[in-house]
Amino acid sequence: MPEKADNRNSIMIPGRLLIDKLAGFFSMLGGMTFLLFETVMVLLKGMVFRSQRVSRSALAFQMVRVGVRAIPIVIMIQVAVGVIMPLQMYPKLNEFGQGEQIATINAIAALRELGPLMTAIILSGFAGASIAAELGTMVTTEEIEALRATALSPVRFLVAPRLAATMIMTVLLSVIADVVMVAAGMATGRNLGVDPGLYMQLSREAVDISGFVSGLVKAGVYGLLIGLVACYMGLSVKPWEGSEGVGRATTLTVVYSIVAVIMAAAVFTVIFYAYGIFS
Amino acid sequence: MVTECKREYGPDEPVIRVSGLCKTFGSQVVLDGLNLEVYPGEIMVIMGGSGCGKSTLLRHLIGSHRPDEGTIELFGKEITQMSERELDEIRKRFGILFQSGALFNSMTVSENVSLPLSEHTGLDAETIDIMVKIKLELVNLRNHADKMPAMLSGGMKKRAGLARAIALDPDILFYDEPSAGLDPVTSAQIDNLIKDLSSKLGVTSVVVTHEMDSAFAIADRMCMLDKGRILMVGPRSDFEKLRDSEPDELAGEDELLMRQFLRGEAEGPLTSKANSASYQDDLLGAGYHEER
Repeated sequence: MPEKADNRNSIMIPGRLLIDKLAGFFSMLGGMTFLLFETVMVLLKGMVFRSQRVSRSALAFQMVRVGVRAIPIVIMIQVAVGVIMPLQMYPKLNEFGQGEQIATINAIAALRELGPLMTAIILSGFAGASIAAELGTMVTTEEIEALRATALSPVRFLVAPRLAATMIMTVLLSVIADVVMVAAGMATGRNLGVDPGLYMQLSREAVDISGFVSGLVKAGVYGLLIGLVACYMGLSVKPWEGSEGVGRATTLTVVYSIVAVIMAAAVFTVIFYAYGIFS
Repeated sequence: MVTECKREYGPDEPVIRVSGLCKTFGSQVVLDGLNLEVYPGEIMVIMGGSGCGKSTLLRHLIGSHRPDEGTIELFGKEITQMSERELDEIRKRFGILFQSGALFNSMTVSENVSLPLSEHTGLDAETIDIMVKIKLELVNLRNHADKMPAMLSGGMKKRAGLARAIALDPDILFYDEPSAGLDPVTSAQIDNLIKDLSSKLGVTSVVVTHEMDSAFAIADRMCMLDKGRILMVGPRSDFEKLRDSEPDELAGEDELLMRQFLRGEAEGPLTSKANSASYQDDLLGAGYHEER
Protein backbone atom coordinates (compact mmCIF):
# COMPACT_ATOMS: atom_id res chain seq x y z
CA MET A 1 0.00 0.00 0.00
CA PRO A 2 2.64 2.62 0.87
CA GLU A 3 4.34 1.92 -2.44
CA LYS A 4 1.24 2.93 -4.38
CA ALA A 5 1.05 6.21 -2.52
CA ASP A 6 4.70 6.86 -3.36
CA ASN A 7 4.04 6.34 -7.03
CA ARG A 8 1.17 8.74 -7.02
CA ASN A 9 3.32 11.35 -5.33
CA SER A 10 6.07 11.04 -7.84
CA ILE A 11 3.63 11.76 -10.64
CA MET A 12 2.30 14.73 -8.72
CA ILE A 13 5.71 16.32 -8.43
CA PRO A 14 6.98 17.06 -11.95
CA GLY A 15 10.50 17.78 -10.71
CA ARG A 16 10.77 14.36 -9.17
CA LEU A 17 9.47 12.73 -12.32
CA LEU A 18 11.98 14.63 -14.42
CA ILE A 19 14.80 13.51 -12.14
CA ASP A 20 13.61 9.90 -12.38
CA LYS A 21 13.47 10.12 -16.17
CA LEU A 22 16.92 11.67 -16.37
CA ALA A 23 18.33 9.03 -14.03
CA GLY A 24 16.79 6.34 -16.23
CA PHE A 25 18.25 7.93 -19.35
CA PHE A 26 21.75 8.14 -17.92
CA SER A 27 21.63 4.63 -16.54
CA MET A 28 20.67 3.47 -20.04
CA LEU A 29 23.57 5.39 -21.58
CA GLY A 30 25.88 3.95 -18.95
CA GLY A 31 24.61 0.46 -19.59
CA MET A 32 25.13 0.83 -23.34
CA THR A 33 28.64 2.18 -22.84
CA PHE A 34 29.45 -0.75 -20.60
CA LEU A 35 28.01 -3.21 -23.10
CA LEU A 36 30.05 -1.61 -25.89
CA PHE A 37 33.20 -1.81 -23.78
CA GLU A 38 32.56 -5.46 -22.97
CA THR A 39 31.92 -6.28 -26.62
CA VAL A 40 35.08 -4.55 -27.77
CA MET A 41 37.06 -6.47 -25.14
CA VAL A 42 35.51 -9.73 -26.31
CA LEU A 43 36.32 -8.96 -29.95
CA LEU A 44 39.91 -8.00 -29.08
CA LYS A 45 40.35 -11.12 -26.95
CA GLY A 46 38.99 -13.16 -29.82
CA MET A 47 41.72 -11.82 -32.07
CA VAL A 48 44.42 -12.85 -29.60
CA PHE A 49 43.17 -16.16 -28.20
CA ARG A 50 41.90 -18.80 -30.57
CA SER A 51 39.67 -20.40 -27.99
CA GLN A 52 37.92 -17.11 -27.27
CA ARG A 53 37.16 -16.37 -30.89
CA VAL A 54 33.76 -15.11 -31.91
CA SER A 55 32.31 -17.77 -34.15
CA ARG A 56 32.62 -16.91 -37.82
CA SER A 57 29.58 -18.88 -38.80
CA ALA A 58 27.54 -16.92 -36.25
CA LEU A 59 28.85 -13.68 -37.73
CA ALA A 60 28.05 -14.78 -41.27
CA PHE A 61 24.58 -15.91 -40.22
CA GLN A 62 23.91 -12.57 -38.54
CA MET A 63 25.19 -10.62 -41.55
CA VAL A 64 22.76 -12.42 -43.82
CA ARG A 65 19.93 -12.01 -41.37
CA VAL A 66 20.66 -8.35 -40.67
CA GLY A 67 21.52 -7.16 -44.13
CA VAL A 68 20.83 -9.34 -47.09
CA ARG A 69 17.08 -9.37 -46.78
CA ALA A 70 17.10 -5.58 -46.43
CA ILE A 71 18.76 -5.05 -49.81
CA PRO A 72 15.54 -4.82 -51.87
CA ILE A 73 14.10 -2.28 -49.46
CA VAL A 74 17.25 -0.17 -49.48
CA ILE A 75 17.17 -0.16 -53.28
CA MET A 76 13.49 0.78 -53.38
CA ILE A 77 13.88 3.64 -50.90
CA GLN A 78 17.00 4.99 -52.57
CA VAL A 79 15.37 4.96 -56.00
CA ALA A 80 12.59 7.08 -54.51
CA VAL A 81 14.99 9.49 -52.83
CA GLY A 82 17.09 9.66 -55.98
CA VAL A 83 14.00 10.69 -57.93
CA ILE A 84 12.75 13.19 -55.36
CA MET A 85 15.99 15.11 -54.88
CA PRO A 86 16.65 16.15 -58.52
CA LEU A 87 12.98 16.88 -59.21
CA GLN A 88 12.78 19.25 -56.26
CA MET A 89 16.02 21.02 -57.11
CA TYR A 90 15.72 21.20 -60.90
CA PRO A 91 13.21 24.07 -61.37
CA LYS A 92 15.15 26.56 -59.22
CA LEU A 93 18.51 25.56 -60.70
CA ASN A 94 17.09 25.77 -64.20
CA GLU A 95 16.06 29.39 -63.58
CA PHE A 96 19.76 30.18 -63.34
CA GLY A 97 20.53 27.97 -66.30
CA GLN A 98 22.24 25.48 -64.00
CA GLY A 99 19.83 22.56 -64.43
CA GLU A 100 22.62 20.01 -64.81
CA GLN A 101 23.83 20.87 -61.31
CA ILE A 102 21.21 18.50 -59.93
CA ALA A 103 23.97 15.93 -60.48
CA THR A 104 26.26 17.73 -58.03
CA ILE A 105 23.57 18.14 -55.41
CA ASN A 106 22.32 14.60 -55.75
CA ALA A 107 25.81 13.12 -55.54
CA ILE A 108 26.80 15.10 -52.46
CA ALA A 109 23.52 14.31 -50.77
CA ALA A 110 23.78 10.62 -51.62
CA LEU A 111 27.36 9.82 -50.76
CA ARG A 112 27.94 12.14 -47.86
CA GLU A 113 24.62 11.98 -46.11
CA LEU A 114 21.54 10.24 -47.37
CA GLY A 115 22.96 6.90 -48.51
CA PRO A 116 24.26 5.95 -45.05
CA LEU A 117 21.41 7.70 -43.24
CA MET A 118 18.56 6.05 -45.15
CA THR A 119 20.30 2.69 -44.86
CA ALA A 120 20.65 3.16 -41.12
CA ILE A 121 17.01 4.13 -40.73
CA ILE A 122 15.90 1.09 -42.72
CA LEU A 123 18.17 -1.18 -40.69
CA SER A 124 16.87 0.30 -37.42
CA GLY A 125 13.54 -1.17 -38.31
CA PHE A 126 14.84 -4.23 -40.06
CA ALA A 127 17.79 -5.39 -37.99
CA GLY A 128 17.39 -3.43 -34.78
CA ALA A 129 13.83 -4.50 -34.12
CA SER A 130 14.47 -8.13 -34.94
CA ILE A 131 17.61 -8.31 -32.80
CA ALA A 132 15.83 -6.70 -29.85
CA ALA A 133 12.86 -9.02 -30.23
CA GLU A 134 15.09 -12.05 -30.52
CA LEU A 135 17.27 -11.26 -27.50
CA GLY A 136 14.26 -10.16 -25.47
CA THR A 137 12.52 -13.44 -26.21
CA MET A 138 15.67 -15.31 -25.28
CA VAL A 139 15.57 -13.61 -21.90
CA THR A 140 11.98 -14.63 -21.30
CA THR A 141 12.62 -18.24 -22.33
CA GLU A 142 15.59 -18.33 -19.92
CA GLU A 143 18.04 -18.95 -22.77
CA ILE A 144 20.27 -16.10 -21.65
CA GLU A 145 20.22 -17.42 -18.12
CA ALA A 146 21.06 -20.87 -19.47
CA LEU A 147 24.04 -19.46 -21.38
CA ARG A 148 25.36 -17.82 -18.23
CA ALA A 149 24.77 -20.94 -16.18
CA THR A 150 26.78 -22.91 -18.75
CA ALA A 151 29.63 -20.46 -18.18
CA LEU A 152 29.19 -19.01 -21.68
CA SER A 153 29.17 -15.27 -22.10
CA PRO A 154 26.07 -13.82 -23.78
CA VAL A 155 28.23 -10.93 -24.93
CA ARG A 156 30.59 -13.22 -26.81
CA PHE A 157 27.89 -15.52 -28.11
CA LEU A 158 25.10 -13.13 -28.92
CA VAL A 159 26.09 -9.48 -28.72
CA ALA A 160 29.48 -9.54 -30.45
CA PRO A 161 28.35 -11.22 -33.70
CA ARG A 162 25.22 -9.06 -33.87
CA LEU A 163 27.07 -5.83 -33.26
CA ALA A 164 29.78 -6.67 -35.75
CA ALA A 165 27.16 -7.77 -38.29
CA THR A 166 25.08 -4.59 -38.05
CA MET A 167 28.23 -2.49 -38.40
CA ILE A 168 29.55 -4.34 -41.43
CA MET A 169 26.18 -4.58 -43.13
CA THR A 170 25.33 -0.91 -42.63
CA VAL A 171 28.57 -0.01 -44.38
CA LEU A 172 28.03 -2.49 -47.22
CA LEU A 173 24.41 -1.54 -47.75
CA SER A 174 25.40 2.12 -47.72
CA VAL A 175 27.55 1.50 -50.76
CA ILE A 176 24.55 0.00 -52.54
CA ALA A 177 22.40 2.89 -51.37
CA ASP A 178 24.94 5.41 -52.70
CA VAL A 179 25.11 3.78 -56.10
CA VAL A 180 21.36 3.37 -56.44
CA MET A 181 20.63 6.97 -55.50
CA VAL A 182 23.15 8.33 -57.99
CA ALA A 183 21.78 6.04 -60.68
CA ALA A 184 18.21 7.04 -59.95
CA GLY A 185 19.27 10.70 -60.08
CA MET A 186 20.90 10.11 -63.43
CA ALA A 187 17.75 8.52 -64.82
CA THR A 188 15.67 11.39 -63.53
CA GLY A 189 18.15 13.89 -64.95
CA ARG A 190 17.93 12.23 -68.32
CA ASN A 191 14.17 12.72 -68.33
CA LEU A 192 14.77 16.36 -67.44
CA GLY A 193 17.16 16.67 -70.36
CA VAL A 194 20.52 16.33 -68.62
CA ASP A 195 22.95 14.22 -70.62
CA PRO A 196 23.97 11.10 -68.66
CA GLY A 197 27.62 11.56 -69.60
CA LEU A 198 27.64 15.10 -68.24
CA TYR A 199 25.67 13.94 -65.21
CA MET A 200 28.27 11.30 -64.42
CA GLN A 201 31.12 13.73 -64.87
CA LEU A 202 29.54 16.33 -62.58
CA SER A 203 28.78 13.66 -59.99
CA ARG A 204 32.39 12.53 -59.98
CA GLU A 205 33.64 16.08 -59.61
CA ALA A 206 31.20 16.77 -56.78
CA VAL A 207 32.36 14.02 -54.44
CA ASP A 208 35.90 12.70 -54.28
CA ILE A 209 37.06 9.58 -52.50
CA SER A 210 37.26 11.29 -49.10
CA GLY A 211 33.63 12.31 -49.35
CA PHE A 212 32.69 8.73 -50.11
CA VAL A 213 34.81 7.46 -47.19
CA SER A 214 33.27 10.00 -44.80
CA GLY A 215 29.89 8.54 -45.62
CA LEU A 216 31.09 5.02 -44.91
CA VAL A 217 32.68 6.05 -41.61
CA LYS A 218 29.34 7.48 -40.61
CA ALA A 219 27.60 4.32 -41.76
CA GLY A 220 29.87 2.24 -39.53
CA VAL A 221 29.00 4.36 -36.52
CA TYR A 222 25.29 4.22 -37.36
CA GLY A 223 25.48 0.44 -37.55
CA LEU A 224 27.26 0.31 -34.22
CA LEU A 225 24.58 2.49 -32.64
CA ILE A 226 21.76 0.35 -34.04
CA GLY A 227 23.36 -2.89 -32.88
CA LEU A 228 24.18 -1.47 -29.48
CA VAL A 229 20.72 -0.06 -28.84
CA ALA A 230 19.08 -3.27 -30.07
CA CYS A 231 21.25 -5.62 -28.01
CA TYR A 232 20.96 -3.47 -24.91
CA MET A 233 17.18 -3.10 -25.13
CA GLY A 234 16.75 -6.80 -25.88
CA LEU A 235 18.90 -7.91 -22.97
CA SER A 236 17.29 -5.47 -20.58
CA VAL A 237 13.92 -7.21 -20.89
CA LYS A 238 13.18 -8.85 -17.55
CA PRO A 239 12.25 -12.56 -17.55
CA TRP A 240 8.89 -11.91 -15.90
CA GLU A 241 7.85 -9.19 -18.37
CA GLY A 242 7.08 -11.74 -21.06
CA SER A 243 5.72 -10.70 -24.43
CA GLU A 244 4.88 -7.22 -23.17
CA GLY A 245 8.51 -6.57 -22.32
CA VAL A 246 9.64 -7.89 -25.69
CA GLY A 247 7.18 -5.60 -27.49
CA ARG A 248 8.31 -2.58 -25.52
CA ALA A 249 11.98 -3.37 -26.14
CA THR A 250 11.33 -3.71 -29.87
CA THR A 251 9.44 -0.43 -30.14
CA LEU A 252 11.96 1.48 -28.06
CA THR A 253 14.80 0.04 -30.10
CA VAL A 254 13.36 1.45 -33.32
CA VAL A 255 12.66 4.83 -31.73
CA TYR A 256 15.96 5.17 -29.88
CA SER A 257 18.13 3.92 -32.69
CA ILE A 258 16.58 6.27 -35.24
CA VAL A 259 17.03 9.15 -32.82
CA ALA A 260 20.61 8.10 -32.11
CA VAL A 261 21.42 7.73 -35.79
CA ILE A 262 20.04 11.13 -36.80
CA MET A 263 21.69 12.84 -33.84
CA ALA A 264 24.97 11.19 -34.77
CA ALA A 265 24.49 12.33 -38.37
CA ALA A 266 24.12 15.93 -37.23
CA VAL A 267 27.10 15.75 -34.90
CA PHE A 268 29.29 14.22 -37.60
CA THR A 269 28.29 16.75 -40.21
CA VAL A 270 28.96 19.65 -37.85
CA ILE A 271 32.33 18.26 -36.81
CA PHE A 272 33.39 17.42 -40.36
CA TYR A 273 32.35 20.88 -41.51
CA ALA A 274 33.98 22.75 -38.63
CA TYR A 275 37.29 20.92 -38.76
CA GLY A 276 37.35 20.39 -42.48
CA ILE A 277 37.68 16.62 -42.14
CA PHE A 278 36.93 14.69 -45.34
CA SER A 279 36.22 17.94 -47.17
CA MET B 1 43.57 -29.66 -11.40
CA VAL B 2 39.93 -30.66 -11.44
CA THR B 3 40.57 -33.67 -9.22
CA GLU B 4 42.42 -31.42 -6.82
CA CYS B 5 39.36 -29.25 -6.49
CA LYS B 6 37.19 -32.23 -5.83
CA ARG B 7 39.29 -33.24 -2.86
CA GLU B 8 39.03 -29.86 -1.19
CA TYR B 9 35.89 -30.79 0.69
CA GLY B 10 35.73 -34.08 2.54
CA PRO B 11 33.33 -36.88 1.62
CA ASP B 12 30.99 -36.03 4.48
CA GLU B 13 31.20 -32.30 4.05
CA PRO B 14 28.22 -30.64 2.39
CA VAL B 15 28.62 -29.84 -1.31
CA ILE B 16 26.35 -26.87 -0.88
CA ARG B 17 26.28 -24.85 2.28
CA VAL B 18 24.00 -21.84 2.53
CA SER B 19 24.15 -19.75 5.67
CA GLY B 20 22.24 -16.68 6.70
CA LEU B 21 21.08 -15.90 3.17
CA CYS B 22 19.06 -12.69 2.93
CA LYS B 23 17.66 -10.97 -0.13
CA THR B 24 15.16 -8.18 -0.54
CA PHE B 25 13.70 -6.87 -3.78
CA GLY B 26 12.57 -3.31 -3.15
CA SER B 27 10.66 -3.49 0.10
CA GLN B 28 9.82 -7.17 -0.25
CA VAL B 29 11.85 -9.66 1.77
CA VAL B 30 12.29 -12.73 -0.41
CA LEU B 31 14.95 -14.65 1.50
CA ASP B 32 15.11 -14.19 5.23
CA GLY B 33 18.21 -15.63 6.83
CA LEU B 34 18.17 -19.01 5.16
CA ASN B 35 20.41 -21.93 6.17
CA LEU B 36 20.71 -25.14 4.20
CA GLU B 37 23.21 -27.90 3.63
CA VAL B 38 23.20 -30.44 0.83
CA TYR B 39 25.41 -33.50 1.05
CA PRO B 40 27.18 -35.34 -1.76
CA GLY B 41 25.06 -37.75 -3.77
CA GLU B 42 21.71 -36.95 -2.21
CA ILE B 43 18.57 -35.65 -3.86
CA MET B 44 17.40 -32.60 -1.97
CA VAL B 45 13.92 -31.36 -2.79
CA ILE B 46 13.09 -27.77 -1.98
CA MET B 47 9.34 -27.21 -1.73
CA GLY B 48 7.11 -24.28 -1.11
CA GLY B 49 4.17 -22.36 -2.51
CA SER B 50 4.40 -19.73 -5.22
CA GLY B 51 6.39 -16.72 -4.12
CA CYS B 52 8.00 -18.48 -1.16
CA GLY B 53 11.46 -17.70 -2.47
CA LYS B 54 12.43 -21.10 -3.78
CA SER B 55 13.22 -19.92 -7.31
CA THR B 56 15.15 -16.99 -5.90
CA LEU B 57 17.13 -19.40 -3.74
CA LEU B 58 17.94 -21.44 -6.84
CA ARG B 59 19.07 -18.32 -8.71
CA HIS B 60 21.41 -17.58 -5.84
CA LEU B 61 22.81 -21.09 -5.82
CA ILE B 62 23.78 -20.84 -9.49
CA GLY B 63 25.33 -17.44 -8.98
CA SER B 64 22.95 -15.39 -11.10
CA HIS B 65 21.69 -13.37 -8.13
CA ARG B 66 23.88 -11.94 -5.41
CA PRO B 67 22.54 -11.98 -1.86
CA ASP B 68 22.29 -8.93 0.39
CA GLU B 69 23.69 -10.92 3.27
CA GLY B 70 24.91 -14.41 3.96
CA THR B 71 27.17 -16.86 2.22
CA ILE B 72 26.86 -19.74 -0.22
CA GLU B 73 29.57 -22.33 -0.45
CA LEU B 74 29.71 -24.68 -3.43
CA PHE B 75 32.40 -27.35 -3.25
CA GLY B 76 33.74 -25.60 -0.17
CA LYS B 77 34.18 -22.29 -1.98
CA GLU B 78 32.36 -19.10 -1.16
CA ILE B 79 30.66 -17.94 -4.36
CA THR B 80 28.77 -14.81 -3.37
CA GLN B 81 31.84 -12.57 -3.60
CA MET B 82 33.34 -14.23 -6.65
CA SER B 83 34.02 -12.41 -9.90
CA GLU B 84 32.13 -13.63 -12.97
CA ARG B 85 35.30 -15.30 -14.19
CA GLU B 86 35.83 -17.30 -11.02
CA LEU B 87 32.14 -18.13 -11.02
CA ASP B 88 32.43 -19.53 -14.53
CA GLU B 89 34.90 -22.11 -13.25
CA ILE B 90 32.35 -23.19 -10.64
CA ARG B 91 29.55 -23.11 -13.22
CA LYS B 92 31.35 -25.70 -15.31
CA ARG B 93 30.97 -28.10 -12.39
CA PHE B 94 27.20 -27.95 -12.11
CA GLY B 95 24.35 -28.28 -14.55
CA ILE B 96 20.87 -26.82 -14.42
CA LEU B 97 17.60 -27.82 -15.98
CA PHE B 98 15.41 -24.78 -16.43
CA GLN B 99 11.67 -24.81 -16.10
CA SER B 100 11.02 -24.65 -19.84
CA GLY B 101 14.18 -26.47 -20.82
CA ALA B 102 15.68 -23.18 -22.08
CA LEU B 103 17.15 -24.82 -25.16
CA PHE B 104 18.92 -22.51 -27.58
CA ASN B 105 16.22 -22.20 -30.19
CA SER B 106 18.52 -21.55 -33.12
CA MET B 107 20.36 -24.84 -32.63
CA THR B 108 19.41 -28.47 -33.03
CA VAL B 109 19.12 -30.74 -30.02
CA SER B 110 22.56 -32.22 -30.55
CA GLU B 111 24.13 -28.80 -31.08
CA ASN B 112 22.59 -27.70 -27.81
CA VAL B 113 24.23 -30.59 -26.01
CA SER B 114 27.56 -30.24 -27.78
CA LEU B 115 27.92 -26.50 -27.16
CA PRO B 116 29.25 -26.73 -23.58
CA LEU B 117 31.56 -29.55 -24.66
CA SER B 118 33.05 -27.72 -27.63
CA GLU B 119 33.43 -24.50 -25.67
CA HIS B 120 34.78 -25.80 -22.39
CA THR B 121 36.76 -28.88 -23.33
CA GLY B 122 39.59 -29.38 -25.78
CA LEU B 123 37.98 -32.49 -27.23
CA ASP B 124 37.92 -33.07 -30.97
CA ALA B 125 34.70 -33.11 -32.94
CA GLU B 126 34.39 -36.90 -33.15
CA THR B 127 34.79 -37.40 -29.41
CA ILE B 128 32.23 -34.70 -28.75
CA ASP B 129 29.90 -36.41 -31.20
CA ILE B 130 30.16 -39.67 -29.28
CA MET B 131 29.65 -37.93 -25.96
CA VAL B 132 26.58 -36.12 -27.26
CA LYS B 133 25.10 -39.46 -28.34
CA ILE B 134 25.77 -40.92 -24.90
CA LYS B 135 24.09 -38.01 -23.15
CA LEU B 136 21.11 -38.13 -25.49
CA GLU B 137 20.78 -41.88 -24.96
CA LEU B 138 20.73 -41.29 -21.18
CA VAL B 139 17.66 -39.11 -21.59
CA ASN B 140 16.24 -41.30 -24.35
CA LEU B 141 16.39 -38.69 -27.10
CA ARG B 142 18.99 -40.15 -29.45
CA ASN B 143 16.41 -40.45 -32.24
CA HIS B 144 15.63 -36.76 -32.11
CA ALA B 145 19.18 -35.41 -32.22
CA ASP B 146 18.72 -33.36 -35.36
CA LYS B 147 15.40 -31.77 -34.53
CA MET B 148 15.02 -28.11 -33.70
CA PRO B 149 13.70 -27.29 -30.22
CA ALA B 150 10.51 -25.82 -31.70
CA MET B 151 9.60 -29.29 -33.01
CA LEU B 152 9.81 -30.93 -29.58
CA SER B 153 7.08 -31.47 -27.01
CA GLY B 154 7.40 -30.00 -23.53
CA GLY B 155 8.69 -33.22 -22.02
CA MET B 156 11.22 -33.72 -24.80
CA LYS B 157 12.48 -30.18 -24.37
CA LYS B 158 13.08 -30.86 -20.70
CA ARG B 159 14.90 -34.07 -21.46
CA ALA B 160 17.04 -32.29 -24.04
CA GLY B 161 17.74 -29.56 -21.50
CA LEU B 162 18.74 -32.28 -19.08
CA ALA B 163 21.11 -33.79 -21.62
CA ARG B 164 22.72 -30.38 -22.01
CA ALA B 165 22.92 -29.96 -18.25
CA ILE B 166 24.83 -33.22 -17.85
CA ALA B 167 27.08 -32.59 -20.87
CA LEU B 168 30.08 -31.64 -18.76
CA ASP B 169 29.51 -34.45 -16.22
CA PRO B 170 28.62 -32.07 -13.42
CA ASP B 171 28.91 -32.82 -9.71
CA ILE B 172 25.68 -31.01 -8.92
CA LEU B 173 22.46 -30.87 -10.91
CA PHE B 174 19.86 -28.22 -10.24
CA TYR B 175 16.29 -28.71 -11.39
CA ASP B 176 13.84 -25.82 -11.58
CA GLU B 177 10.29 -27.20 -11.46
CA PRO B 178 11.13 -30.31 -13.48
CA SER B 179 7.57 -31.60 -13.69
CA ALA B 180 5.71 -28.32 -14.12
CA GLY B 181 3.43 -28.30 -17.14
CA LEU B 182 3.87 -31.97 -17.97
CA ASP B 183 1.30 -34.72 -18.15
CA PRO B 184 1.47 -37.28 -15.31
CA VAL B 185 3.23 -39.93 -17.40
CA THR B 186 5.92 -37.62 -18.73
CA SER B 187 6.27 -36.16 -15.28
CA ALA B 188 6.85 -39.63 -13.84
CA GLN B 189 9.42 -40.29 -16.57
CA ILE B 190 11.30 -37.15 -15.62
CA ASP B 191 11.20 -38.24 -11.98
CA ASN B 192 12.71 -41.56 -12.96
CA LEU B 193 15.39 -39.78 -14.95
CA ILE B 194 16.30 -37.65 -11.97
CA LYS B 195 16.63 -40.74 -9.79
CA ASP B 196 18.52 -42.58 -12.51
CA LEU B 197 21.03 -39.83 -13.06
CA SER B 198 21.55 -39.51 -9.36
CA SER B 199 22.28 -43.21 -8.93
CA LYS B 200 24.11 -43.77 -12.21
CA LEU B 201 26.28 -40.66 -12.23
CA GLY B 202 26.40 -40.12 -8.49
CA VAL B 203 25.54 -36.44 -8.86
CA THR B 204 24.14 -34.36 -6.07
CA SER B 205 20.69 -33.11 -7.07
CA VAL B 206 18.79 -30.09 -5.89
CA VAL B 207 15.19 -30.07 -7.08
CA VAL B 208 12.91 -27.08 -6.68
CA THR B 209 9.28 -28.09 -7.06
CA HIS B 210 5.76 -27.67 -5.82
CA GLU B 211 4.46 -30.96 -7.19
CA MET B 212 4.12 -33.10 -4.09
CA ASP B 213 3.80 -36.42 -5.92
CA SER B 214 7.09 -36.04 -7.67
CA ALA B 215 8.73 -34.53 -4.60
CA PHE B 216 7.90 -37.61 -2.53
CA ALA B 217 8.87 -39.90 -5.39
CA ILE B 218 12.42 -38.63 -5.75
CA ALA B 219 13.57 -37.01 -2.53
CA ASP B 220 16.21 -38.30 -0.16
CA ARG B 221 15.83 -35.24 1.97
CA MET B 222 13.35 -32.44 1.71
CA CYS B 223 13.06 -28.89 2.86
CA MET B 224 10.02 -26.68 3.13
CA LEU B 225 10.22 -22.97 2.44
CA ASP B 226 7.76 -20.27 3.36
CA LYS B 227 8.23 -16.50 3.19
CA GLY B 228 11.95 -16.81 2.63
CA ARG B 229 12.71 -19.02 5.61
CA ILE B 230 12.98 -22.74 6.08
CA LEU B 231 10.17 -24.30 8.09
CA MET B 232 11.57 -27.77 8.19
CA VAL B 233 14.38 -29.78 6.68
CA GLY B 234 14.84 -33.50 7.05
CA PRO B 235 14.66 -36.93 5.47
CA ARG B 236 11.67 -37.79 3.32
CA SER B 237 10.27 -40.09 6.01
CA ASP B 238 9.87 -37.14 8.37
CA PHE B 239 7.75 -35.35 5.84
CA GLU B 240 5.71 -38.46 5.07
CA LYS B 241 5.04 -38.87 8.78
CA LEU B 242 3.95 -35.26 9.02
CA ARG B 243 1.68 -35.59 6.01
CA ASP B 244 -0.03 -38.72 7.28
CA SER B 245 -0.40 -37.73 10.91
CA GLU B 246 -3.41 -35.91 12.28
CA PRO B 247 -2.80 -32.52 13.87
CA ASP B 248 -2.96 -32.43 17.66
CA GLU B 249 -3.88 -29.40 19.73
CA LEU B 250 -0.28 -28.44 20.32
CA ALA B 251 0.51 -28.08 16.63
CA GLY B 252 1.99 -24.71 15.79
CA GLU B 253 1.01 -22.71 12.73
CA ASP B 254 4.11 -23.82 10.83
CA GLU B 255 3.20 -27.45 11.27
CA LEU B 256 -0.40 -26.89 10.17
CA LEU B 257 0.82 -24.92 7.21
CA MET B 258 3.23 -27.62 6.12
CA ARG B 259 0.61 -30.32 6.50
CA GLN B 260 -1.78 -28.35 4.36
CA PHE B 261 0.84 -27.93 1.67
CA LEU B 262 1.99 -31.55 1.73
CA ARG B 263 -1.57 -32.77 1.45
CA GLY B 264 -2.54 -30.14 -1.07
CA GLU B 265 -5.64 -29.05 0.82
CA ALA B 266 -7.61 -25.95 -0.07
CA GLU B 267 -8.42 -25.01 3.53
CA GLY B 268 -5.75 -24.19 6.07
CA PRO B 269 -3.40 -21.54 7.41
CA LEU B 270 -1.91 -20.90 3.96
CA THR B 271 -5.24 -19.76 2.55
CA SER B 272 -6.89 -18.27 5.63
CA LYS B 273 -5.13 -14.95 5.04
CA ALA B 274 -7.17 -14.44 1.90
CA ASN B 275 -10.52 -14.62 3.69
CA SER B 276 -9.74 -11.71 5.97
CA ALA B 277 -12.06 -9.21 7.58
CA SER B 278 -11.98 -6.03 5.52
CA TYR B 279 -13.69 -7.85 2.61
CA GLN B 280 -17.10 -6.39 3.42
CA ASP B 281 -15.66 -2.92 3.75
CA ASP B 282 -13.85 -3.36 0.49
CA LEU B 283 -16.98 -4.42 -1.35
CA LEU B 284 -19.41 -1.91 0.04
CA GLY B 285 -17.14 1.05 0.59
CA ALA B 286 -15.84 2.36 3.88
CA GLY B 287 -18.86 4.60 4.49
CA TYR B 288 -21.35 1.71 4.46
CA HIS B 289 -21.73 1.39 8.24
CA GLU B 290 -22.03 5.09 8.88
CA GLU B 291 -24.82 5.60 6.40
CA ARG B 292 -26.90 2.96 8.10
